[in-house]
Amino acid sequence: MTEAEAPRRSTGMSPGRARRLAFQRSQRRRSLAIGAISSLVVFGTLAVIIVSSPGWEAVKESFFSWEDFKASFPDILYGFRRNVRIFLIAEVLILIVALLLAVIRNSRSPLLTPLRLGATAYVDVIRGIPTIILLYLFGFGIPALDLQGVPNSQEFWAIATLVVSYSAYVTEVYRAGIESVHESQRAAARSLGLTSAQSMRFVVLPQAVRRVIPPLLNDFVALQKDSALVALLGVQEAFRKSQIYVAKTFNFTAYLVAALLFLLLTIPLARFTDYLIRRQQKRVTGGSL
Amino acid sequence: MKKSIALIAVLGLVLAGCATDGGDGAEEGVSCEREDLTLVQEGVLTIGTDEPAFPPWFDFDGGPSTGTGFESAVAYAVAEELGFTAEEVEWVVVPFNNSYAPGEKEFDFDINQISITAERDEAVDFSDGYYNVNQALLGFSDSDIAAATTIEELRAFRLGAQVGTTSLDFINDVIQPETEPLVYDTNADAKAAFDAGQLDGLVLDLPTAFYVSAVEIEGSTVIAQFPSGGDEGEQFGMLFEEGNPLRDCVNEALANIDLAALQQEWLSDVVDAPVIEIS
Repeated sequence: MTEAEAPRRSTGMSPGRARRLAFQRSQRRRSLAIGAISSLVVFGTLAVIIVSSPGWEAVKESFFSWEDFKASFPDILYGFRRNVRIFLIAEVLILIVALLLAVIRNSRSPLLTPLRLGATAYVDVIRGIPTIILLYLFGFGIPALDLQGVPNSQEFWAIATLVVSYSAYVTEVYRAGIESVHESQRAAARSLGLTSAQSMRFVVLPQAVRRVIPPLLNDFVALQKDSALVALLGVQEAFRKSQIYVAKTFNFTAYLVAALLFLLLTIPLARFTDYLIRRQQKRVTGGSL
Repeated sequence: MKKSIALIAVLGLVLAGCATDGGDGAEEGVSCEREDLTLVQEGVLTIGTDEPAFPPWFDFDGGPSTGTGFESAVAYAVAEELGFTAEEVEWVVVPFNNSYAPGEKEFDFDINQISITAERDEAVDFSDGYYNVNQALLGFSDSDIAAATTIEELRAFRLGAQVGTTSLDFINDVIQPETEPLVYDTNADAKAAFDAGQLDGLVLDLPTAFYVSAVEIEGSTVIAQFPSGGDEGEQFGMLFEEGNPLRDCVNEALANIDLAALQQEWLSDVVDAPVIEIS
């Protein structure tokens, strides 16, 4: 043992490393303080500007009225249960339909060519049509045909439209995941004797789906918001309930109530998505960055 | 000099007081001479209505500027009383849901089957009523709802109306159906849903219901009209920005117009729908 090695052993850390850590700590504190002060200044100034503006009293009255908030809340909450039901059912169906379409698009058997063409055309066409137009076409158009055995309920067609529309997007998300799995994985699976379908099911998809969970959740945040579109078909969901209240009172607080209810659902989901992305990054980089 | 200005000011205030107290005391307060009118656009009378505008209120194809349809005819008659030629009337598109919201207006008045209600009156001003309106129920003549003859019998059905309308209020407050009514952005959407069989019955104002049953939706019929009580009941009024002095002049013009004759000309065929009295 040399003299130089002795202190290292007693503290378990070289003086250089200790200094470096202390420096990093002070840097962190400093950036935290700067961040807090700059946020305070920016948001504080904004708040002062808004509150002292001449129209503030009127805005406060028509957008932030506590009485209207309380009065409209029960009805809107009741309507919001419909939103939740609609997108929960839609989400499950979308996951299934889109996965099927994605697998078809990535299939290689020449026998499946017509299906592959159909899936590609479906994604191209549906993704290009605004959801609101699809809603009119499905919700008013198909029931008007008076076909035998076709359901006529508004909620059925609302969910059907959302499934048709969002499946086209989610198919592409799945497809990106499937294509991101390296070709060697498939080759290795085939060399072990798995069929093409088996290697897709047991080797490619498990990796692909895990990779696309964050973008999938992102699409579902959008789906939750779009559940308000079904009001067009007459369904009294949260947005329509608030619109009825606003039309009666000319007070816009009811819209705020609906917005808050949507936020209560979408913000936790957005945070959860961020958490998953971070976790995934850690796994990919081995936690070294 | 100063004294006389003060006198004029006081006089003006007194007159303005008379005008608001009297409601329709236009002749005392505001001058309704054409050059004295406060207008959105100089030299033209700007009138708002929704697009598409439907018969029997307007001409569907030609738009509001044809003078065809009851409301178009009333609007041009008012314009004439105020001293405007037909060429000096300009129409702007105002969606129904925007019309009675508070705030600045881009029209001198809006005429779009808007019922006068106390709630709306807080945000805008209305002219005197130019039409006594009854709500009406539209249904298919071969469906179960066609047999209903009382309000109670209507409760079991799936009804619909446009959002923000007195028709919707009528469903909720008077009929009080067992299933929640369906509520649409526009009457056009509501008619599409009704035509697609998603509703048992659609509540509209009577002339509109009559037109829809006669022209637009085959197999539909006006199952009932619900008398609202004539001059004491529900009325359509022209809508003004809150505090617009033009309102008093339009009221004066309306008083000089033979509304009954115009009604006879455009809406005469709506009277023979079956009646359900509101208990």
